[in-house]
Amino acid sequence: MCLLRACLVAMIFGLALAGPAAHAADLTEALARFTTDDFSDTDAGISEVAASGDPRSATIIEALQAGRLLFNAEQKKVFYTDASGKLIDAAIGQAVTGDRPADLEKVRLNNRLRRAIDAALGGLTLLAPDPARRYDAAQAVFKSREATALPLLDAALAKETDQRVKKALTEARAAVVLYADDASEADKVAAIAVLRARGGQETVAALSGLPVDAPAAVSGAAREAVTAMQSQLAAWTAVQNAWYGISLGSVLLLAAIGLAITFGVMGVINMAHGEMVMLGAYVTFAVQELIRQYNPGLFDYSLLIAVPLAFLVAGLVGILVEQGIIRFLYGRPLETLLATWGLSLVMQQAVRTAFGPTNKEVGNPSWMSGAFEIGQITITYNRLWIVCFTLAVFVALLGLLRFTRLGLEMRAVTQNRAMAASMGIRTSRVDALTFGLGSGIAGIAGVALSQIDNVSPNLGQGYIIDSFMVVVFGGVGNLWGTLVGAFTLGIANKFLEPYAGAVLAKIAILVLIILFIQKRPRGLFALKGRAVEA
Amino acid sequence: MMSPLLRTLDRGAWIFLGVLGAIAVLVPFFNLVFPPDSALHVPTYLVALFGKYICYALLALSIDLIWGYVGILSLGHGAFFALGGYAMGMYLMRQIGTRGVYAHPELPDFMVFLNWPELPVFWYGFQHFPYALLMVVLVPGALAFVFGWFAFRSRVTGVYLSIITQALTYALLLGFFRNNFGFGGNNGLTDFKDILGFNVQAQGTRVALFMVSCVALIIGFLICRALVTSKFGKVLVAIRDAEARTRFLGYRAESYKLFVFTLSACMAGVAGALYVPQVGIINPSEFSPANSIEAVIWVAVGGRGTLTGAVIGAILVNYGKTTFTSGVLAPYWLFVLGGLFIAVTLLLPKGIVGTWQEWSERRRQRAAADNGSAAPAEPAPRPAE
Amino acid sequence: MDARTTTALLYLNGVNVSFDGFRALNNLSLTVEPGEMRAIIGPNGAGKTTMMDVVTGKTRPDNGDVFFEGSHDLSKLDETQIATLGIGRKFQKPTVFEMHTVEDNLLLALKNDRRPRATLRWHETADEMRRVDSILQTIRLNPLRSRAAGSLAHGQKQWLEIGMLLAQEPKLLLVDEPVAGMTDVETQQTAELLKEINRDKTVIVVEHDMTFVRELGVKVTCLHEGTAIAEGTIDQVSSNERVIEVYLGR
Repeated sequence: MCLLRACLVAMIFGLALAGPAAHAADLTEALARFTTDDFSDTDAGISEVAASGDPRSATIIEALQAGRLLFNAEQKKVFYTDASGKLIDAAIGQAVTGDRPADLEKVRLNNRLRRAIDAALGGLTLLAPDPARRYDAAQAVFKSREATALPLLDAALAKETDQRVKKALTEARAAVVLYADDASEADKVAAIAVLRARGGQETVAALSGLPVDAPAAVSGAAREAVTAMQSQLAAWTAVQNAWYGISLGSVLLLAAIGLAITFGVMGVINMAHGEMVMLGAYVTFAVQELIRQYNPGLFDYSLLIAVPLAFLVAGLVGILVEQGIIRFLYGRPLETLLATWGLSLVMQQAVRTAFGPTNKEVGNPSWMSGAFEIGQITITYNRLWIVCFTLAVFVALLGLLRFTRLGLEMRAVTQNRAMAASMGIRTSRVDALTFGLGSGIAGIAGVALSQIDNVSPNLGQGYIIDSFMVVVFGGVGNLWGTLVGAFTLGIANKFLEPYAGAVLAKIAILVLIILFIQKRPRGLFALKGRAVEA
Repeated sequence: MMSPLLRTLDRGAWIFLGVLGAIAVLVPFFNLVFPPDSALHVPTYLVALFGKYICYALLALSIDLIWGYVGILSLGHGAFFALGGYAMGMYLMRQIGTRGVYAHPELPDFMVFLNWPELPVFWYGFQHFPYALLMVVLVPGALAFVFGWFAFRSRVTGVYLSIITQALTYALLLGFFRNNFGFGGNNGLTDFKDILGFNVQAQGTRVALFMVSCVALIIGFLICRALVTSKFGKVLVAIRDAEARTRFLGYRAESYKLFVFTLSACMAGVAGALYVPQVGIINPSEFSPANSIEAVIWVAVGGRGTLTGAVIGAILVNYGKTTFTSGVLAPYWLFVLGGLFIAVTLLLPKGIVGTWQEWSERRRQRAAADNGSAAPAEPAPRPAE
Repeated sequence: MDARTTTALLYLNGVNVSFDGFRALNNLSLTVEPGEMRAIIGPNGAGKTTMMDVVTGKTRPDNGDVFFEGSHDLSKLDETQIATLGIGRKFQKPTVFEMHTVEDNLLLALKNDRRPRATLRWHETADEMRRVDSILQTIRLNPLRSRAAGSLAHGQKQWLEIGMLLAQEPKLLLVDEPVAGMTDVETQQTAELLKEINRDKTVIVVEHDMTFVRELGVKVTCLHEGTAIAEGTIDQVSSNERVIEVYLGR
């Protein structure tokens, strides 16, 4: 079999120079291998199809990989279904007309074959015209470390002009050399140096997996490289955790910041806060639905439209709630808590009745999908945007409290209601607007959370306890406390997760907060002195 | 004692106990004596349903004791209820023995399924009923004691306390959902066979469980009543209304709170333990914060700080829930429940019993004033924050 | 520490308290002898209430000595322990247990075992009823004994609170603005009541009302910005340069 592979690679190598079509006739023969339902025959088939040089060979092997390759043992014919489910005759590459042949069976695979498929696909695409595909192919070879790919790699390297692909190819070559039986000790040590420069979890795996009987110089160099890379990896893991923590922290902050206004500034416990967030998410859904129906071109702007709308809708609902329920309950916080809980049940059920109980599809605009890499970590655009968006909302809110008339009146009312009233501030109006502001911000949070969470009537429930924890931990009446609280909890959670697992980390955080509140009942940034008594 | 109100309340309490006692006897009587085809027959499923209500009533009573009289609004009392339920569930699981699907003599089915090599230490002893009973009271009590010791000593009060009790039950919810916690994970404990050698499904067992629940509720009521009418109870109300003042008088408010909070948790645990064999299952959803808050609204509907109100509220709301959710109106139940929260807090802050007490008190005063006898009377207790 | 050798009932030396940079008490020293009645005056924000908070354990001093009976370090005890030592406090705003009857309010205040265990087993005794009756006489609330405290008039609440202080049988009474919101007659009666109490108890009165302080006719300490600036009879204090400056703002 090894011999067969060598032959295959030689052929591909040849093909690269001689061009396709020359061996097209081989394809039918190779395909016949798939009809025996025997693993070693299938293996041979993979090699031969790859070697056939037929332009469809990649498609066929991909179909095999996806389990879409079918055969008829009697007629010795092979078919595959394409993405739309159409049945295509593999040998001629045309759709089957008329009746679907009976007795079609799937070509079975095992793990050994899956590896062979990966290697074959890697080889097939090393010379593809698209640099991205060549890069992926190099990565695939790096993982498979198939010794037989070496000549092809050399050929590809010789032709390669793209720096990134070239680097990937060099690294893939180093991985292959490291595991090749016939490579010299010096070559292997040189390969280790290349790999060491590459870094990453996969490289550590490649270097640690060397056979025990490897020469002392090689295994020594590998060990040294692994140690060096592992400390580097640990640093990157810490960076990665910190990023996840910041990302979670920004989500917590977003969910809690409106609460910091209603609970922290007004002292009103709004258990329906999560439902305001949910409302914002449903506004996003509705905006996207309308855009899909009437003007699909606007889709990338859907969130920009949804943000002010969500603020208005949730804010208006907030003002209604303040006027209809909460203003009758000032000074009775425990009853406010119960009434707003009831409200949250009603709102959930209302949304469930209007939109149905299932998750709604809210899409990412193009500028929010995808990811990029910094060093060893991957950062997705939607998370990055949410962090930026959260900070923007935070700054805007600080500015609003600091520099606007409403902000001034809000601060006056919270500090001394009677005094503010006697200075001609209409406190009831300020109360309503403050509550509206807090709810509106919850609505904005809903727009952002719709991008990373399931939009369902239960969306808000998942955030309510966490947001209260953030506000209480950070200290009531202090937006900076909320900021610090959210990021502390987010980062602490993500650093605990690798040790304890997601659920236990969350439990641990809850228990720590419970203990913390006992120690400092007024939170991290507590007001002291007489103000506390108010 | 000296206050005329206490005497009337006592009469109310006697009526309440009489009705409860009558229910405890009559429901089983109509179930056992009359044949199923008789119009007077109470079907066994109804006996179990009423039994469930009685357990809820005991839970409500435990919440009323701390909320109505000390002003501690626990949004996590469902946790103590569930812990008591789990302790009972563990006993019932051990009673299944080899009749489980995997017929393992010692390990419950879910442990066999999860390849647990042996029984975890914390399951030891649960095959003994007295031990399980002890745990029913001890586990919720110990948790409440530790939690309360920290919370009350640091003077965490009001909404802060409510929020952290909610966090407590939420943390337990997350924990009990995990398979490796050793309590059956998602599915919880179920498929019970016997309790004390009697089939849990049998009519006789159901009737007996119902009667035991009624007796537990009566005992719970008497304990609460004795507590709140004693000087201890007066201190509790004093703490509720002016905690700082009580401290300056030399009362250690945290000790009082800790005592009632722990007692209340034990009562909730007993309620949970009686609930589990009657409904046949205990799973982590009992820890969900929503359940605990729902129990609070039962108390609010009935009238907090009245004890009888808690029981009446629990039974009324749950009866309403059963009727509603079994009909075509089922999807609208949450509207009703949510509306109930809002309506009660806005329009009926004293609850049914509290409002009735206030009304009859006012009428009595007016009558007294008309008769010219100047017997000044204490107004009905006002619910405090 | 000479505190232990002092004969003073209450001894404050160099006490500092600050909240977020604001110095509520600034090196405050004050000595009250057993059996004395002392009036504390001072403009708003002088630290009068903070001083009471320090003595009753509500606020911990940042530093300084606070000793009771020469040996109890009050800065290390909490409210309950201090109350048990025999220091009673009446708040600026009358705080009584509004839901309880006047009688129950006094009953809760009566000197007794305060532990939960004791209150659980408690039964009223003839002796206790006599004590309640006598206090009701003193504070003139006997006809209202079974009324809920919450339904009392403002002045009656003030008296009830003083009655509760008496029931506690403290060695030292701290009385914060007892005549605020009272009529002239009530003020007069309150002054008499306090003098009567002073016969066997030490009393510290914080008050704004100069007529009332004059009525009491006792030694006066004037606080300003957390420090005692003058001490002596009311006439001495009110003719003191600094006191005039502080009150009139020169």
